[in-house]
Amino acid sequence: MTALLQLLDQVRAAISDSEPLCIVGGNSKRHLGREPAGSPIEVANYAGVVEYEATELVVTVRAGTTVRDLREILAEENQMLACDPPEFDGNATIGGTLACSQSGPSRPWHGSIRDHVLGVRLINGKGEHLRFGGQVMKNVAGYDVSRLQAGAMGTYGLLTEVSLKVLPKPESSMTVRRRLDANEAIRAMNEISMKPTPLTGACWHDGDMYLRLSGPGAVVEAAASGFEGELLADRAAFWTALRDQASPFFESARDLWRFSVRPNSPHSKPQNDWLIDWGGAQRWLTGQHESDELENIAAKSGGEVTRSRGGDRKAEGLPSLSGSKRALLTRMKQAFDPAGVFNPGRLYSWM
Amino acid sequence: MDTASLASMFREFVEDNFVVSNAESKRPFECDGLSVYKEMPRLVVMPGSTEQVQKAMRLCQRHDVPVVVRGAGTGLSGGALPHVDGVLLSLTRLSRIIEIDPEARLARVQPGVRNLEISEACDAHGLFYAPDPSSQIACSIGGNVAENAGGVHCLKYGLTVHNILQMTLVTIDGEIITVGNEGLDSTGPDLMALMIGSEGMLGVVTEITVKLLPKPSHCQVVLASFDDIESAGDAVSAVIADGIIPAGFEMMDRNAIRAAEAYAHAGYDTNAAALLLCELDGTAEEVRAGIEQVLTVFEQYRATSVRVSRDEEERALYWKGRKSAFPAIGRISPDYYCMDGTIPRRMLSRVLSGISQLSAEFDLRVANVFHAGDGNMHPLILFDESKHGELRKTEAFGAKILELCVEVGGCITGEHGVGVEKLEQMLIQFDGPELAQLNAIKDAWDPQGLLNPGKGVPTLKRCQEYRSL
Repeated sequence: MTALLQLLDQVRAAISDSEPLCIVGGNSKRHLGREPAGSPIEVANYAGVVEYEATELVVTVRAGTTVRDLREILAEENQMLACDPPEFDGNATIGGTLACSQSGPSRPWHGSIRDHVLGVRLINGKGEHLRFGGQVMKNVAGYDVSRLQAGAMGTYGLLTEVSLKVLPKPESSMTVRRRLDANEAIRAMNEISMKPTPLTGACWHDGDMYLRLSGPGAVVEAAASGFEGELLADRAAFWTALRDQASPFFESARDLWRFSVRPNSPHSKPQNDWLIDWGGAQRWLTGQHESDELENIAAKSGGEVTRSRGGDRKAEGLPSLSGSKRALLTRMKQAFDPAGVFNPGRLYSWM
Repeated sequence: MDTASLASMFREFVEDNFVVSNAESKRPFECDGLSVYKEMPRLVVMPGSTEQVQKAMRLCQRHDVPVVVRGAGTGLSGGALPHVDGVLLSLTRLSRIIEIDPEARLARVQPGVRNLEISEACDAHGLFYAPDPSSQIACSIGGNVAENAGGVHCLKYGLTVHNILQMTLVTIDGEIITVGNEGLDSTGPDLMALMIGSEGMLGVVTEITVKLLPKPSHCQVVLASFDDIESAGDAVSAVIADGIIPAGFEMMDRNAIRAAEAYAHAGYDTNAAALLLCELDGTAEEVRAGIEQVLTVFEQYRATSVRVSRDEEERALYWKGRKSAFPAIGRISPDYYCMDGTIPRRMLSRVLSGISQLSAEFDLRVANVFHAGDGNMHPLILFDESKHGELRKTEAFGAKILELCVEVGGCITGEHGVGVEKLEQMLIQFDGPELAQLNAIKDAWDPQGLLNPGKGVPTLKRCQEYRSL
């Protein structure tokens, strides 16, 4: 039996037995969301490139394909996954990356995994294998079911195939480092982002701001010469560690919170250990905190906070929602997964 | 309920003159940019606040009255065509730019704000709003959200869906929901992506936070002519294969070139079989390096003539021909019908030759303008509505073109939406269970089916009717 038929069979059996399934790709993001429950359904075996046309800037892969493998395949054509998603020791799959909406340091300038999705195939909660979107850049036929999956963590269906827009790899990169405190860095990163520069990374940690510039050599050099700070020739390893959440900051963090906020919002709780990325729009905080306090900070900063690691995983981990939004998400769950078999409770206790 | 009583109920919370019931005043609302479809609504209501939208929705839900939302009415698929039993909710009064935060590069606006107005308002900060549909002088940002509008700069800067951070919407039961946030990502299923391009069928957007980008400091366009369409198409792929992402990459065929040149005097070569416009932007170094690469590729693919814009004036002139292609074609034909299929770029010559075969079969002329960079075609079928049966023939021809797009792996609409016009082609694009899933989404948001009924996604009943034909 093919891997796809096995998946379909397992889903259909789960539906008829009303037995919850826990969708597993590379098992690299098990720390995200609430505690996983249900019998595992393994997607990793359903892997490989379905179609890759480099001149179209489009690749279609089975959902179990690892990010690392895909990155290597694209590199042969001098192309890349522009959203720069984490590999998590090589285990992260494309399906999981989309379901958990994971993007790396270049996200503010190159877009997120959700931005680059052109189409998906998925198994819904009726055990039907469906196709939405396609392999073209522009497609407004029907609702955007493909991008809806970003952040759904598998609760609206099991992804089997993903088509993505890819981009050419930049010729070279350069990193500039500058000593600044957090507030100065936030201001500097926002000011720089207002100007047309080949910026592809802007983060701050522990008194240092790092800027990454990418593009043709002459372009990068010309841009870098305009910045204050120390020029570092090759810092690929630094950005890779940041991307894979494998730098010392992440490695040592037992409890981790992720803020998505207006990029120029002021720094808060300065006595704590923060890593500020995405030019200020994504901020990581370590340690144990009252979630109410953090939600207050996030709300004042025009954004939201999520528990990313640690804490009580039986409690809600995502921002609290209004009653009407919760009702809507529940009805949408019904629309995709009437028997409630896909990852129940992983996103919210009530869904 | 009779229309007069309905009107008086609206007048309890919307100012008298913004509840329009007489035929003469309703007339301008009978169609959108696709004027072959016309219908008179029972009432036109123009709310002036989110609160009024809320009340309007509750009223319509309570009395089972269909609601069609309209922005500037420039849509090209009949998405804002009124419903004969319904209320047309015109959002033009919600036209305020609420906030511009240049440092955070975002603007918070009401849905009736015109697309171009946003870029104009933040121009002094060196910022712009990227999606630029050709109707950008007139079209509203709310309509852009409903249709996921594109434009000529999508390849590099993306569609509406890539340039919106947050929105407030009102559901059919009058609830206010916020999706997205002022950061870049939000948690949970991406309802914002679902809303964008949903053609007014899931909710009414009353506030939108858009992303602003720094204006590139340099911008130049290369204009190249080719003796045959294939070479031009191959040149497009070769430029992209070379690692260049042009800001805009447009193609025109001979009919389009000639009409545009006669109208705009842009200096296009009227003997060329195909013309490419390739725009590069960025820093001075980026543009210089890019132009060199593009020129080399165009030479390899036997461009018969190549010109690079020397200044802003010349750049504007080269674009003027392309941007006025639609009105230019309007001058050489009594009517034209604009299609919007998207195809994988490598299928271009196959699809173009298919279109010219169909053109002979249906005995109708076609001019092609093409967002070559992202594969979005706009074949314009030239016809005369006053000739008996010619509109129907044109629609049949258009349907064949869209079938061809799907056949080569493309889709029936790249940026204009399904509206009323492409419902039948939705059956080619999607199978039964897929359409059922789309309808299930609709039911989750709008169980009574009051929001823009009869558009976007064919109902199951309609699917059966079509399929039995």
